[in-house]
Amino acid sequence: MAKFEKASSIGEWLDQRIAVETLKKVMQTEYWIPKDINFLWAMGMVLAATFGILIVSGIFLLMYYQPHVDHAFDSVNYLIMTEVGYGWLWRHIHGVGASLVFLIIYIHMFTGIYYGSYKRGRELIWISGMLLFVLFSAEAFSGYMLPWGQMSYWAGMVITNLFSGGSLEAYGLVEWIRGDYVPAQAFLTRFFMLHVFLMPLMIIGAIVFHFGTLRIPHVNNQEGEDFDYAEAAELYKAGKVKESKVIPFSPVFLSKDVFVMGVYFVLFFYLVFYNFSFAMDPVNFDPANGLSTPAHIYPEWYFLWSYEILRPFSKDIGLILFAISQVIFFTLPFLDRSPNVAPASRRGLFKYWFWILLVDCLILTFMGKLPPTDPTFASIGLVSAVIFFALWIALPIITKLEKKL
Amino acid sequence: MNKELKIFAVVAAFTIALYWGVEPFAHSQMHAHVDGNGLVYDGKADIAYTSKDKVKAKKAFWADVKTIAALKGDVTAGEAGFATCTGCHMDGAANMGGVTPPILDHAGALYDKNYLIALIKDPAMAMNTDHKFTGTRTHPMGSIKAMMTDNQQIADVVAYIKAKKAGEVTPKEAYVESCGRCHANRYGNSTQLGETPKFKYKKDELAYQIKVLEEQDLIKAYMGKIPPDLSIIYRARSHHFLETFIENPQSQLHGTAMPRVGLSENGMHKVMAYLEETGDPSKPARDALGPWVLLFFVIFTILAYLWKNSLWRDLH
Repeated sequence: MAKFEKASSIGEWLDQRIAVETLKKVMQTEYWIPKDINFLWAMGMVLAATFGILIVSGIFLLMYYQPHVDHAFDSVNYLIMTEVGYGWLWRHIHGVGASLVFLIIYIHMFTGIYYGSYKRGRELIWISGMLLFVLFSAEAFSGYMLPWGQMSYWAGMVITNLFSGGSLEAYGLVEWIRGDYVPAQAFLTRFFMLHVFLMPLMIIGAIVFHFGTLRIPHVNNQEGEDFDYAEAAELYKAGKVKESKVIPFSPVFLSKDVFVMGVYFVLFFYLVFYNFSFAMDPVNFDPANGLSTPAHIYPEWYFLWSYEILRPFSKDIGLILFAISQVIFFTLPFLDRSPNVAPASRRGLFKYWFWILLVDCLILTFMGKLPPTDPTFASIGLVSAVIFFALWIALPIITKLEKKL
Repeated sequence: MNKELKIFAVVAAFTIALYWGVEPFAHSQMHAHVDGNGLVYDGKADIAYTSKDKVKAKKAFWADVKTIAALKGDVTAGEAGFATCTGCHMDGAANMGGVTPPILDHAGALYDKNYLIALIKDPAMAMNTDHKFTGTRTHPMGSIKAMMTDNQQIADVVAYIKAKKAGEVTPKEAYVESCGRCHANRYGNSTQLGETPKFKYKKDELAYQIKVLEEQDLIKAYMGKIPPDLSIIYRARSHHFLETFIENPQSQLHGTAMPRVGLSENGMHKVMAYLEETGDPSKPARDALGPWVLLFFVIFTILAYLWKNSLWRDLH
């Protein structure tokens, strides 16, 4: 066993046992971040903070929520909204947070795509990030079932039906997922479990993994510049902070994160108090009713782009393309054949690829919510979905042609 | 710094476009926009959207209503005529033909003058539910057509109601009297029989529940289904939808069994206030707390900015 001497302070006592000084260096003061970055580099911490808020507000809601088909709706809409002190606040924070977390995830993702932060050495950062996207999607969907309103019920019906596999007609699988022929008590209880236990647990694990993948390849910077971190760190430690290309995570990088978070929280709480209906669909304020299908069934905004990929095609083709769209982003580091790590603006055809992809996803999102009965919107949706796949097919070709910087 | 602002502008522009597309634009495409008639009950929409064979009858009916509205009503004479109404419209009235007649204590404050005239003249036409009463089916209040045929008498009775039954009315009373006989509101602790009392003994409570179920069965037989509970309808539909729907249910839900209620501006205001109270009870608390939370985060952001600047000043 190591030698232990009488410590003169709590800090020293802890340091002898769990090396807090070393931990502090490794995780904070000597965790080096490139200096040439902009506010988009704060999105990771903004996401972590939002996830924290979702956990805390979720714990408060969990103390009053009742996962029973007869009581769930009223426990959310009456008990929590009326009888629980500040229950309405926690609910609005949870609802708005669940929506905003996806906005930030998308900004975070497209930042990574724009600056090429998924290239050689950083593939696992991208893949673990995409894994988090999938887990957050499952978390969002399972949470959406819990208020047991009309949209909960019918979204649950539609999404679980997808598992029948179109012409495969695997209704046995659908029943197994639902635990019943239709969404009912068994369905609600299992999605409750997924939402409050299994999914958050997996998300926390994936976040730790995501942070871990950053450590060795380091965070990318605005110009995609590759430099010697050890050398830059020595410069910084020697007091030549102007010449050094790095800054420590804490407190320098963190101070900017906290400022960006402040701006974000102003927006966040403005939405919580004054404009929350975008995150809490009116249809879901009608209690679940298996005998009355709403006129329009649509997912929350963050799933609309992939929903629109499902819709314009025939049943089987739509399902296959939908499934591909769910995983295609995972393959980005391998489909991009260019060795250049640089912002898209300096990467020839990739520049256009990036902006077309972004606008195309936006148009798919718009069309995903509109009634498919309108032929104009349906055609726009179809064209956008085709463009989406054309982009991914074109990606290896245009990046292969790209000149080396 | 300049570059960061540019990047921020791009991110903000895409975010705003995204919001516009999935919220205002999508909703404008999903729901047909219906304009109200400013709570003027002149049958304009009834005539415009009815079947061809009924246009003539509806036109004539609403023209008659206009004629009667122009007559000067005599409040004293109206009181005698009003006795005809109280035969059914009394406190503790029982269900008649599917629905319990409402008490008329605040009818003058809640309902529009022209609507009341139309209602006495022909209830089904006034409510725009005449499509329901074909063949041998008659409106539960239909007998009034035979009991009060004189135009002057109708004008007198309505003048009496508008003058003497127009006391101050609370939002809850407005809701109970104009909506509450068909629609329960469980968050407001009311059923079709009004506010649910407290019971000392379980058997009294069960007996009351049976009475509620029996009332609901009668309403179901009359309306086709139990009209929805309105506890949280305020969040399930927009304010505009509710107002135009109440003014003329056929405009938003063609063929519905829901009658037009004929609320006056005051009545509509009170009913909407009650629906907001049960459907969105946290609004006063939100309005009170919101500015303070925002102020906190604005100060937080300013301090964070100063901290960041103090640390980054010497870096470049």
